[in-house]
Amino acid sequence: MNALLELEHLDIAYRTPAGVRRVVHDVSFAVQPGEVVALVGESGSGKTTTSSAVLGLLPSGGRIESGAVRLSGIDLAGWNDRRLESVRGARIGYIPQDPVSSLNPVRPIGAQLADVFRIHRRGDRRAVRGRVLELLERVGLDDPALRAKQYPHELSGGMRQRVLIANAIALGPELVIADEPTSALDVTVQRRILDLIDELRREHGTAVLLVTHDLAVAAERAERVVVMQHGRIVEQGTTEAVLDAPAEEYTRRLLADAPGLAEHEFRHPRPPLYLRDADVAAAENPFALVASGLTKTYGLGRGREPFRAVDDVSFRVLRGTTHAIVGESGSGKTTTARIVSRFVAPDAGSVEVGGSEVTSLTGAAKREFRRRVQLVYQNPFASLDPRQTVAEIVAEPLRNFGVGDRRSRAAAAARLIDRVALPAHLATHRPAELSGGQRQRVAIARALALEPELVVLDEAVSALDVTVQARILELLEQLQGALGLSYLFISHDLAVVQRISHSVSVMRHGRIVESGPTEQVFRAPQHEYTRELLAAVPRRPAPTREVFA
Amino acid sequence: MSADIRTGLLLAWLVVAIVIAWAIVPWLFTGQDPISGVPAEKLQGPSLAHLFGTDAIGRDLFTRVVHGAVHSLSGAFVAVTVGLVAGTLLGVLAGSLGGVVDAAIMRLVDVLLAIPGLLLALSIIILLGFGTVNAAIAVGVGSIAAFARVSRSEVVRVRQSDYVEAAFGSGARLHSVLARHVLPNSLTAVVGLAALQFGTAILAISTLGFLGYGAPPPMPEWGLLIAEGRNYVATSWWLTVLPGLVVVVVVLSANRISQSLGRSR
Amino acid sequence: MAYLAHRTAQALIVLAIAFTATFVLLQALPGDAILIKFESPELGLSPEQIADIRASYGADVPPLQQFLHTVAGFVQGDFGYSVQYGTPVHELIGSALPDTLALAGLGFVTAVLLAVALAFLSTLAPFGWLRQALRSLPGLLVSVPVFWLGIVLIQVFSFQLRLVPVIGADPVQALILPVLTLAIPISAPLAQILARSIDEVQLAPFVAVVRAKGAGPARVLWRDVARNALLPAVTIAGVLVGELIGGAVVTETVFGRAGIGRLTEQAVANQDVPVLQAIVILAALVFVVVNLAVDLVYPVLDPRLKRKAVAA
Repeated sequence: MNALLELEHLDIAYRTPAGVRRVVHDVSFAVQPGEVVALVGESGSGKTTTSSAVLGLLPSGGRIESGAVRLSGIDLAGWNDRRLESVRGARIGYIPQDPVSSLNPVRPIGAQLADVFRIHRRGDRRAVRGRVLELLERVGLDDPALRAKQYPHELSGGMRQRVLIANAIALGPELVIADEPTSALDVTVQRRILDLIDELRREHGTAVLLVTHDLAVAAERAERVVVMQHGRIVEQGTTEAVLDAPAEEYTRRLLADAPGLAEHEFRHPRPPLYLRDADVAAAENPFALVASGLTKTYGLGRGREPFRAVDDVSFRVLRGTTHAIVGESGSGKTTTARIVSRFVAPDAGSVEVGGSEVTSLTGAAKREFRRRVQLVYQNPFASLDPRQTVAEIVAEPLRNFGVGDRRSRAAAAARLIDRVALPAHLATHRPAELSGGQRQRVAIARALALEPELVVLDEAVSALDVTVQARILELLEQLQGALGLSYLFISHDLAVVQRISHSVSVMRHGRIVESGPTEQVFRAPQHEYTRELLAAVPRRPAPTREVFA
Repeated sequence: MSADIRTGLLLAWLVVAIVIAWAIVPWLFTGQDPISGVPAEKLQGPSLAHLFGTDAIGRDLFTRVVHGAVHSLSGAFVAVTVGLVAGTLLGVLAGSLGGVVDAAIMRLVDVLLAIPGLLLALSIIILLGFGTVNAAIAVGVGSIAAFARVSRSEVVRVRQSDYVEAAFGSGARLHSVLARHVLPNSLTAVVGLAALQFGTAILAISTLGFLGYGAPPPMPEWGLLIAEGRNYVATSWWLTVLPGLVVVVVVLSANRISQSLGRSR
Repeated sequence: MAYLAHRTAQALIVLAIAFTATFVLLQALPGDAILIKFESPELGLSPEQIADIRASYGADVPPLQQFLHTVAGFVQGDFGYSVQYGTPVHELIGSALPDTLALAGLGFVTAVLLAVALAFLSTLAPFGWLRQALRSLPGLLVSVPVFWLGIVLIQVFSFQLRLVPVIGADPVQALILPVLTLAIPISAPLAQILARSIDEVQLAPFVAVVRAKGAGPARVLWRDVARNALLPAVTIAGVLVGELIGGAVVTETVFGRAGIGRLTEQAVANQDVPVLQAIVILAALVFVVVNLAVDLVYPVLDPRLKRKAVAA
């Protein structure tokens, strides 16, 4: 068997001031010519380090300690940069993760694309220019002559990723390494970009090493899957074998936690509330939140069209349920969340929480309103004060409202920390000592401190690894059941929304295009955009279909 | 490598500690008189008896450098205090109040920035008169702009952070958010800047001393020492080189310490 | 266009405040410099004569009128008369300016060349220890007092190596050491910022993409890193102009050269307020103009700002 790329017992370590830290242990796998192999793992699994080592582009301090990286049988592991330069770009292409920061901001697109021809001395100036325009057209950019002259900031994220793909395939390499090529993109754009990579791959018979955290993407696109954890390979095999009959516990957990792969029941509101709770039954209003006609326009300065971020948005959240607002970037979902939590004032429309209008509140009344609605942020690294301890963070809302004395607040904080299933000893730690998932639990505990009626979760699980994400989703469900909380759940991730929400509104360009019970919207989408979104969600190809050739 | 860095930082602290000791208890380091010399021993090169040699009227240069530490250090201390207190106050006010106050304060800071540091110091000296304290105040006023800018931008940065919004979101009032979150998180950078300005102030004060606007002779202020040694450049190198090296080493140490403070934030 | 107008207005406001502040602090507040000078008994002037002199300096009118008079004068390029010499300030400055301009201009160019060379060598130099040494050099140089550097340079190059004569040097030779004295301390912070921003840009994802195309380190540095790294350095170049003026004062004193610096030093020694005020305002003007120019040039260097600048 003549493998195109063969890693053999690869060990990689970083030399840091603190000593040698080994990050990749004994990694062996192969990529056959024309094959797509997915390297799957959560953050810290060593997947990106492994793929960088193939190109010899480890960050400073990183070094291949032992093992071989064979390209068509020749070991590149011991090569110096000068020798590797003849391989990079020519025989191995590279598609990076973040299209926004992966192009030089001060040089035009065309010049950057021409680089790869110049570096490897392919063709004269005019020939190169022709090839650049062809490439831009090939990756689906309209008006290539104009695009070539534009700077990266003048292109959208998806267009930039197309440029980077053009860049990777320019010299017809045998292998393309795609490092999370779509994780920074919207789901509909992601689909188109992955389709493009597929197409080009089939056209040229290029092999692809697809590095991804998303098992669903791997399941949809790859022929073989290599699962990594803590710098080691846990399991590898054909996509079918790994997904149908995972041999290892970690793979099984990954499969169960991946929201796009696992089968989940749709959630339905529990039996009518009056059967369970006399108080709630007594209230005439069954809605925790009623938003109607919300509108918010941002001026972009003189001479430019004002931007309507939220346009006549109305929705309702039934008490004790989760309502999701789902949409791609720029859909206005976050602005809506911020209007509801009173960090942004709407130009028009009203928000009623528990039957009382809250958009007009100011001063002391607005502060009092904070007890009733709490916001949990996307990035748990930014939403916790680095100088406070966990106990201080969790108790701060109580302190703000003068609830209890110092001792009773400490006791309350301890209860809250326990409530979100954090070990008690973390109370004295600072955020920097916690993992991302632990931090998000702290943020949730803080949000619960004042016993709010409604918790707004703004992409609250988006920054987390799937296994961590699954635990936080379970926690949220469990808290909802125990405390009767209502959630407004903002997310771009349809699979997560499907799993957590009772009802859903789909937003696009500031408007709600479709709304309804989650099961109905997902099973029988009415609006074309909803259908497009659903189709774009990466899923495992149906077994009957031929596995992606 | 890391050992090198740590040794470097340790050395820097050691230098600063020694110089502070020079300023507080100079007689522990030298038994000779900094003001009156022994004319017979004038202009001798460095030796065991006179580590840094002697000057034109036979005073021991090392003794003068040791006794001069108090002028440079207290001057730098006054200068940094003036800049730190006034600058940080202005910066924090501008950053936390915003609006008109911010605009007014920042225009004032722009003015302070627009006038070159030395000219600003000279203008203030012309106003206050010559002398160690006045020179120190003049240098301090020159650093107000730097402190104001750094503290304002830090306050603005922290104010925009999610955790400050979260604090408002959980019902905190402006004053408690400022005290609990904004100030503690923004002042670390100011502390780093203070250490850096300490070195800069030593340089500036010695420059004023050199030009003759600081401590009057026969005080052994470091800048003045070098100015006095200038007339003997051709014959007695140690009179200028050695006090200058002391200044360089002290400033270098202060900068090194400031770096470590800046990094730990 | 609107951006240009806004920035220019801001610059004018800064100048106006600077002018008012120097006027209030230097002319209105302190004791009357003219009285100090002419009241001394040795001169034996009668009170009437002193009053006449005061009138000739325009010091006998209320402060507000004095202020307006001074403003009108400055706008027309008339900075009043030196208390010390009795000659018009603009003549004093005019005769001192060419020497200082030559020194400062050469100093600035040398500083920029030194800084760029240091920064790039400290990334490209062949050996690790050499890069490390080059990298720590600016940190050392910022800690060196300008006046001491001048003296040491004289000591080494004139007295020890006898490369540059102390006496009887031709104008070019006479500039070498002062220019170095001025340039070295200014090049140091510039080199530090450049080296730091080169480091930062080297870590940017787009550099990894360029390297993945097979580009060698020199190509990466020149084609992709250099221009991005120069941007932050341009902004502080404006600030360094202020340092240049302060440095000129010290350098000219150390080397005994005529120029604005010498004039400043003497003005302070003699409490010659009109001269000092004129110099301070001119320095502020230069600073403001240079920084305005930097702000206006910046969008040209960074295409990302072009649209913003036009729109704002």
